[in-house]
Amino acid sequence: MRLTEIIRLTRAHLAIGSEIEVRDIQKAFSSDLMSDVLTLDTEHILLITGLANVQLVRTAEMADIEVVLLARNKKASPEMIELAKETGLVILETPYSIFRASGILYENGLNPVY
Amino acid sequence: MKLVFEIARGDFTAAGKASSGIKKVLKQLLVDPKTIKRIVVAVYEAEVNVVAHSVGGTLTANISGNEITVVVQDYGPGISDIEQAMKVGFSTASRKVREMGFGAGMGLPNIKKNTDELTIQSQPGKGTMLVFSISI
Ligand SMILES: Nc1ncnc2c1ncn2[C@@H]1O[C@H](COP(=O)(O)OP(=O)(O)O)[C@@H](O)[C@H]1O
Ligand SMILES: [Mg+2]
Repeated sequence: MRLTEIIRLTRAHLAIGSEIEVRDIQKAFSSDLMSDVLTLDTEHILLITGLANVQLVRTAEMADIEVVLLARNKKASPEMIELAKETGLVILETPYSIFRASGILYENGLNPVY
Repeated sequence: MKLVFEIARGDFTAAGKASSGIKKVLKQLLVDPKTIKRIVVAVYEAEVNVVAHSVGGTLTANISGNEITVVVQDYGPGISDIEQAMKVGFSTASRKVREMGFGAGMGLPNIKKNTDELTIQSQPGKGTMLVFSISI
């Protein structure tokens, strides 16, 4: 699924990130538990989460995740944005809950990791 | 090549500096991305453990030939039952640590999963030393 489509479907706001038009994502995973994200063997996924902190940006860096979607109006902090610039992470913010955002994206063809 | 990082107690924003630094070097060395991921995931979970559970320590990565060896040494309080600490789900993490997205007792098992060799030595009261290696 094109990233522009993910943004449209979840009414997301782009907090930070570049090359939005050219990005394409096949799979997504929803979790607030970074240790769990760090066990995934799949890379380049969309991570949908309610956890908005610097550890999220670091976890994405280590797990080779380039796009994260913060649910329920969680906002990326200035520290997160600073670090995301360094690591090249795209951070999106959606008003939808994790459940709703996941449901919409799943229904529209984004695949689960498991 | 030897890389050394200090890890301060309780400094969650700094956790990730070592894994990030090591990742940059491994990318420059054109190591396979899947291998890089195994290494930096293990290093990151080890860093988080020093920040979350100990009073601070140092992390040293040695890259030579076709192997990376990482030594994580902290200054206490140590682990009294290493076998128990290795079990998925065992955790003594504080609420603060859980709010950071950790503290589910998955770190040490994931370090084990991602490394070719892992040894943990600990002296209760003194400190813990993790040594792991991965061929690159
Ligand atoms: N460096 C350390 N110093 C002291 N205790 C540790 C250290 N690393 C791990 N532990 C102990 O082992 C437990 C399990 O660690 P881990 O599997 O990483 O899970 P978590 O960090 O989520 O609790 C920790 O909760 C803690 O009790
Ligand atoms: Mg841990």
